[in-house]
Amino acid sequence: MLMYVVRRLLQAVPVVIGTTFLIYFMVFAMPGDPILAMFGDKTPNQATYDALAAQYHLDQPFLVQYGLYMKDLFSGNLGTTFSGQSVGEVLARTFPVTLKLAAMAIALEFSLAVVLGLFAGLRKGKLFDNVTLVIGLVMLSVPIFVLGFLAQYFVAIKWGWASPTVGSDTSISNMWLPAVVLALSLFTTSMRLMRGTVIDTRSRDFVRTAYAKGLPGRRVIPVHVLRNSLIPVVTNSAANFGVLMVGATVTEGIFNVPGVGNTLYQAIIRGEGPTVVSFVTVMVLAYVVINILVDLLYAVLDPRIRYA
Amino acid sequence: MTQETTPVTDTAEPLVSIKDLEIGFQTGNGFVQAVKGVSFDIFPGETVAIVGESGSGKSTTATGIIDLLPSNGRITGGQVVFGGKDLTKASKQEIVRIRGREIGYVPQDPMSNLNPVWSVGFQVREAVLANNMAKNKKDADKRAIEVLQEAGLADAERRMKQFPHQFSGGMRQRVLIGIGLAADPKLLIADEPTSALDVTVQRVILDHLESLTREKNTALLLITHDLGLAAERASKVIVMYQGKIVEAGPSLDLLQNPQHPYTKRLIAAAPSLASQRLKSSKVSAVEAPQGDEIDLAAASAHRHEVVEQADHAGTPAIEVKDLTKVFSIRRGSFRSEPFTAVDKVNFQVPRGTTMALVGESGSGKSTVAKMVLGLETATEGEILIGGKDATALNREEMLAHRRRMQPVFQDPYGSLDPMRSIGSIIQEPLDVHKIGDRKERENRVNEVIDEVALPRTVLSRYPNELSGGQRQRIAIARALALKPDVVILDEAVSALDVLVQAQILQLLADLQEELGLTYLFITHDLAVVRVVADDVAVMERGKIVEHGKVEEIFSNAQTEYTQKLLDAIPGANIPLGA
Repeated sequence: MLMYVVRRLLQAVPVVIGTTFLIYFMVFAMPGDPILAMFGDKTPNQATYDALAAQYHLDQPFLVQYGLYMKDLFSGNLGTTFSGQSVGEVLARTFPVTLKLAAMAIALEFSLAVVLGLFAGLRKGKLFDNVTLVIGLVMLSVPIFVLGFLAQYFVAIKWGWASPTVGSDTSISNMWLPAVVLALSLFTTSMRLMRGTVIDTRSRDFVRTAYAKGLPGRRVIPVHVLRNSLIPVVTNSAANFGVLMVGATVTEGIFNVPGVGNTLYQAIIRGEGPTVVSFVTVMVLAYVVINILVDLLYAVLDPRIRYA
Repeated sequence: MTQETTPVTDTAEPLVSIKDLEIGFQTGNGFVQAVKGVSFDIFPGETVAIVGESGSGKSTTATGIIDLLPSNGRITGGQVVFGGKDLTKASKQEIVRIRGREIGYVPQDPMSNLNPVWSVGFQVREAVLANNMAKNKKDADKRAIEVLQEAGLADAERRMKQFPHQFSGGMRQRVLIGIGLAADPKLLIADEPTSALDVTVQRVILDHLESLTREKNTALLLITHDLGLAAERASKVIVMYQGKIVEAGPSLDLLQNPQHPYTKRLIAAAPSLASQRLKSSKVSAVEAPQGDEIDLAAASAHRHEVVEQADHAGTPAIEVKDLTKVFSIRRGSFRSEPFTAVDKVNFQVPRGTTMALVGESGSGKSTVAKMVLGLETATEGEILIGGKDATALNREEMLAHRRRMQPVFQDPYGSLDPMRSIGSIIQEPLDVHKIGDRKERENRVNEVIDEVALPRTVLSRYPNELSGGQRQRIAIARALALKPDVVILDEAVSALDVLVQAQILQLLADLQEELGLTYLFITHDLAVVRVVADDVAVMERGKIVEHGKVEEIFSNAQTEYTQKLLDAIPGANIPLGA
């Protein structure tokens, strides 16, 4: 078990190096001069320009820049943004916000998927099944920015049930609308997975055995059908969580959530190589860790799985 | 062993009385009637067996009694009277109360009938608690351990927390028997309780079931496709065919003096009841009474001479010398230890003959088959196919080698790709080995489909549209497409019904005669060995413990292990009337 975790973490090392290299290269290759961009309309004098270039290692060849950056990264220095803030501090401020939003969204997505999927599976082909399918497909096919703007306009602005933007107050009561939007955009696949597994599990031999023991349906369904059906759904939802940790950029933008997606987007626009790479590194690590946790969770849910 | 269950006198009230029971299924092709008016009684403490091929409605009848039909099944008529009440009209609550408590159920496949995510203890305890056999969890645990010990799991206490996948098939079946008997029901329905198990395990399980039900005076309804087993275990046998009872009566009478032609066919097809080597039906047609009925017993006389004439002097088709396979198996997280699955095995199979490799699961017989096929590398030893060493081949040689040797596997449902048509399945080996042009390949496919006696129309169909027996014919056709010299049959008939099994065995005998094939027949079923093989090698824990002509082994087994396997053939000792 411990060996398995260590091995998986070691596997993450080449992943982190590979992704940071690619990202660093892409930021490097982006058109435009980041130092000039910092000054906007004004042009800095040559001495200032050179000093800044030296500070950010921009006067060095690409590989040297990358090497220096990685050296800093592994010694715990994530560098500074162009506006002078420490990247580490920015991360420490934005990451918990994204984590919270993602956790809220996934909790909601998972509950929706399990409850709706279970009943859709038990009522296969009936009205409830068809209605949830149609709603699910609509949510899946509508682009998230449409869903986001609609929710913002109707729920927040027109009806006043939520604040239209999140801003600095990142409490649950202030962030529920973007969480709902994210959950709605994601729950369909988990729900359909749940429905399919429930239908499949219900016809399994061990369910018949459970009935043959004399168990009533109100025990067989939760203990033998629901419990077994959760395995793939948990995996799917956890994978969704990983996606959210990295990519709620659009939703964070619409609702002005001060999370990593939003900050990363702006850093990319400004061509801030170190900031972008630091963020991506942390995201990659978060994704890897979440996936390890998912795999471990899998072993908890399914006793047949053994890690060695 | 044969007739120990004592039928209660006719004056007693029947425990269950089934009257004109009709059950049907809603399918894609409309409503199909599976059980068409079945009536029989089971008296307290009595063992009744229902025998029939798959699709005869025997399992449907059994599950219909306690409303465990699949969701598309429905009782359309008749009565199941139990304790003065008609179960077909009982409410859901009443049925739930009767299940487990009054009528226990032991299902067919121990592999799929326990929930993989709950511990064995949890699942037995559930049965105890559901039927109010214990007041609290602690009592329930005690009772669960008791139940498992009764079912033959001596170390039940230690194993309560283990999960089903940590149990062998036989152990799981004991757990299921324990669950079925947890609440001391008055009737136990056992639906093919041992057909997924090794013969020796089967015997132990059935003995146990018999003594348990006798002790507690539980009535037993035994569903089986094996007439020998039914006759050995039950006092009354009911033969079902196409949803109807065609014959019923005291088991020995029925076996020795069958009235209905279907019962006669079943008896003739049961390898456990037949006695001699099967030969090509073309040879036996002269003496065989009816043309299309397959009689394993009758069709096996002169094979002996054929084998004698076989080219014993020439190079054997398969020769294995000191074949050894060592696996390293994991013990804990870090350690692994060597495990010798096959230990210095030697044998020869002369051209045109059949050698059976017999043993319980885990004896290493399938590993030998895999090594001979080149699907597994040998740790040590030599495999000579037609005199050529098959252990040290490069890719090209391996391809040529495989052309001469083809496998047929056990599960006709799992071994055919469901996404491909039958024609393309049979043609694939020809494509892989680049045999002839398109036209020639098509001709060859038509040829082999004729050889396995299927209509050419099946070529455009898909595996799921065929029955198990038809699929196994397809698997054989695929194996034959390349005109191999050697066919390795790995439990090729074990998953089939007796009647279908008899047909396939007959087909194999015919093909051997016609094409001069050499068979290596891997099986756990000695009853089948007797009708198909010339030589037999008995394997135990990786070693061949006994080797010789089939007649010699059967009449004069040298080792205890072989004798144990022979004794385990159900119904072997029942004297048959002609």
